[in-house]
Amino acid sequence: MRRAIERGIEMIFAASGMVTTVVILLIVAFLFKEGFGLFKSPAVEKGYALCVNADNPVEFISAADIKKIFNEEIEGWVPYRFDGDELSEKYEEEQFAGRLGEIIAETPKILAFIPEEYLPRNVKGVKILSGNTVIPKDFFLGKEWIPTATPAPQFGVLPLILGTLLVSLVAIFIATPLGIGVAIYLSELAQGRVRDILKPAIELLAGIPSVVYGFFGLVVLVPIVQRTFNLSVGETAFTGSIILAIMALPTIITVAEDAMRSTPRAMREASLALGATHWQTIYKVVIPYSISGISAAIVLGIGRAIGETMVVLMVTGNAAKMPSLFDAVRTIPATIAAELGEAPFGGVHYQALFVLGCVLFVITLFISITAELISKRQHNKGL
Amino acid sequence: MDKRTSQKIAFWIFRLLGWFVVGVLLWILGFIVYNGIGVISFEFIFSKPTGVGMLKGGIFPAIIGTFCLIIGSMIVAFPLGVMSAIYTNEYVRDGKFSKFIRMMTNNLGSIPSIVFGLFGMALFVSLWGRSIIAGAFTLGLLALPLVIRTTEEALRTVPDSLRIGSYALGATKLQTIRRVVLPSAFPNIVTGLILSIGRVSGETAPILFTVAAYFLAELPSSIFDQAMALPYHLYVMSTSGKNLVAGREVAYGTALVLITIVLMINFTASFIRRHFAKKHGGH
Amino acid sequence: MNIIEAQDINFYYGDFHALKNVSLNVAKNSVTAFIGPSGCGKSTFLRLLNRMNDLIPDTKLTGKCLINQEDIYAKKADVDALRKKVGMVFQKPNPFPKSIFENVAYGLRVNGIKGKDFIQNRVEESLKGAALWEEVKDKLGRSAYDLSGGQQQRLCIARALAIKPDILLMDEPASALDPISTSKIEDLIYTLKTEYTIVIVTHNMQQAARVSDTTGFFMLGELIEFSDTKKMFLNPDKEQTQNYITGRFG
Repeated sequence: MRRAIERGIEMIFAASGMVTTVVILLIVAFLFKEGFGLFKSPAVEKGYALCVNADNPVEFISAADIKKIFNEEIEGWVPYRFDGDELSEKYEEEQFAGRLGEIIAETPKILAFIPEEYLPRNVKGVKILSGNTVIPKDFFLGKEWIPTATPAPQFGVLPLILGTLLVSLVAIFIATPLGIGVAIYLSELAQGRVRDILKPAIELLAGIPSVVYGFFGLVVLVPIVQRTFNLSVGETAFTGSIILAIMALPTIITVAEDAMRSTPRAMREASLALGATHWQTIYKVVIPYSISGISAAIVLGIGRAIGETMVVLMVTGNAAKMPSLFDAVRTIPATIAAELGEAPFGGVHYQALFVLGCVLFVITLFISITAELISKRQHNKGL
Repeated sequence: MDKRTSQKIAFWIFRLLGWFVVGVLLWILGFIVYNGIGVISFEFIFSKPTGVGMLKGGIFPAIIGTFCLIIGSMIVAFPLGVMSAIYTNEYVRDGKFSKFIRMMTNNLGSIPSIVFGLFGMALFVSLWGRSIIAGAFTLGLLALPLVIRTTEEALRTVPDSLRIGSYALGATKLQTIRRVVLPSAFPNIVTGLILSIGRVSGETAPILFTVAAYFLAELPSSIFDQAMALPYHLYVMSTSGKNLVAGREVAYGTALVLITIVLMINFTASFIRRHFAKKHGGH
Repeated sequence: MNIIEAQDINFYYGDFHALKNVSLNVAKNSVTAFIGPSGCGKSTFLRLLNRMNDLIPDTKLTGKCLINQEDIYAKKADVDALRKKVGMVFQKPNPFPKSIFENVAYGLRVNGIKGKDFIQNRVEESLKGAALWEEVKDKLGRSAYDLSGGQQQRLCIARALAIKPDILLMDEPASALDPISTSKIEDLIYTLKTEYTIVIVTHNMQQAARVSDTTGFFMLGELIEFSDTKKMFLNPDKEQTQNYITGRFG
């Protein structure tokens, strides 16, 4: 009996042991489930369709091209946008579909954007582009993110991905020398009271909520950046990078310090016994020995910066355009946070945001696994 | 350059960097405290926001909401996390399976909080609507890796000799865990749990779509209601609204309350850790 | 001539009195062995000769220690320069995670020596001096971790030799090695004696008897007896020494 109870409880423990795995699988399942429909959704605004002349051989026009045609950036097309007021001057509502059919049949180069209820179905000379969906190429390589554009919303994530990378990489570029310097100070030099102040300070830095960092950045750093670099607005990628750098510091410092501390004492003593100074010992022995731990620290810092939402939402200005350092940018997390509340549930925009979530998930998972592989090398390396 | 001089310069740089980090921390904290302290009053803490754009009154509902979320998420995360850690550390300690579980825990911990928000929206919100329970589940899963990791560390500090001693007296595995391992790891486990509370209390991104409300006239009456929350309130007051300057006052006050809660949680954790470390002679 | 002169040395780890009034002289180009039960202070004494104990917090030293007639604990003494003069080989082989070549060149590089040919020659010379050259001459670029334990220890000796120290301290250099590697190290000590002054700590009395000219016996922080090795092992002055050597305790 008692055996059975023990066995039963062990099973419960084992089930709990699997919980993180299950959660990851669930996250994957739900993100992909919600985002999956995106590439089957029509590329044009909901409730509308595109028509061309039947003689036009085209079967598919990408969202980016639709936008260009309607902006008259591509020669040889005649864009036509449905205008109810104009039509109703001469025609009754029941005649709309017929009239639209005539227009399309008469104009060989037309691209017509029409509400589904007035669609000239089964009219000779009219071809409805039904297979016009959002395609992965447009999504991943598109340079514009305008989810509310008509006739075709633009879901190009390239500026968002590049924005995310720019902000986080600059942040890491700032945080790495700082963080490693502090890690060296902590692991090699600071003792007693100094350590008792520094260690908790770094823990506190890690404990400050990101929204507070965002607030601080908004109120303090944004005006400083604006004045220092003489910009029209201070909400730039660079501002975000500075705050993200501060936020990544605790991760980098803690992991790098642990790695340096794991350098065997024998190694340090051997170096000192050869007449090396403490500093020479640090950069010639301690750092090379713990280099994989230090790299893991940097990679983890990148992961932390890439996923951070509130700070970038609050201080980077959120302009979805190709990024540059002293300009407003928008990152993937900030886009999700800013737009999910407005996107109609289950719509194309909603789906697109979930695919963004998938992209972010894949990037951070990749980073996490990289960090794990790097730090594993620590224990079985020679050179 | 003489190797002595270069050592001196390098060490001075490191020392400065160390103090620079402390300086940054003091700057942020000082800034919030300096600007927020004047806003804090009995009314600010214990009354509802009123007036156009919530510029008057207080932040009581947001404080209550945050406490509800903390408690809810811990009910989700604590039992699961502690049991998971017991399983990996006591049952399958060095096997492939425990390595796999640890890897998955690390991976879950690396997932950005906004992705948890998306997941919470897709699963919990579609089950229960925007509600405290949806937010608590989302935050609970977010806190899970931290709970597991800290509990595991706590269990690892229990020397094997204690376990073996218990077995030698004829105790079963479960008895050993319950009577020997858990009691001696208890303070460290509690510390870890408190730290994960600190993390949860400040999270904003996961609650944006799962629970947080801009303004509620009534306090939540059940776990299926929406709630206001401090971090979200801070976000709202500092970024939207027509009167940013007046809103800023409320934002300073909210930031100070939020940071005070987080710091108190952190101090409690380190107090417990130190208190018990002394008792056990420390490591 | 005495290269090391220790006068009335006391050493404390916190409250623990680890060395009590130790005085001794070591002659140039001799091999001196320290024996005694573990915790007796022999390693502590060895490590104060190159101020390695400085690395341990909360330690205190009184008394005088002269090397080449200079007080190594004087206020303005240069610790790095001292350690360059007094090389050390540790209990366990501890090569750096670098190539064989770079391990040996390390001491030269940290002491500011840049000449490529000079370093090359010195590395070869040191590896020959440590009787390792023949085994590694074709794989100097390989990781030091590819060598066997005994080879690693000889590499550490070569590393110490490369900066041409006056004194070589050896802290139980063979305790982690197999018997064949041990005898290679002992042969090496015998040949190195012509150029260096060697001070070795060992827990192995036969080893002390085989390699040393002078032996010191430590117990509970005191230097019980310090005399010619042959005399110490055949006819010790003190009863405690006699007991230890004949295995009655320790």
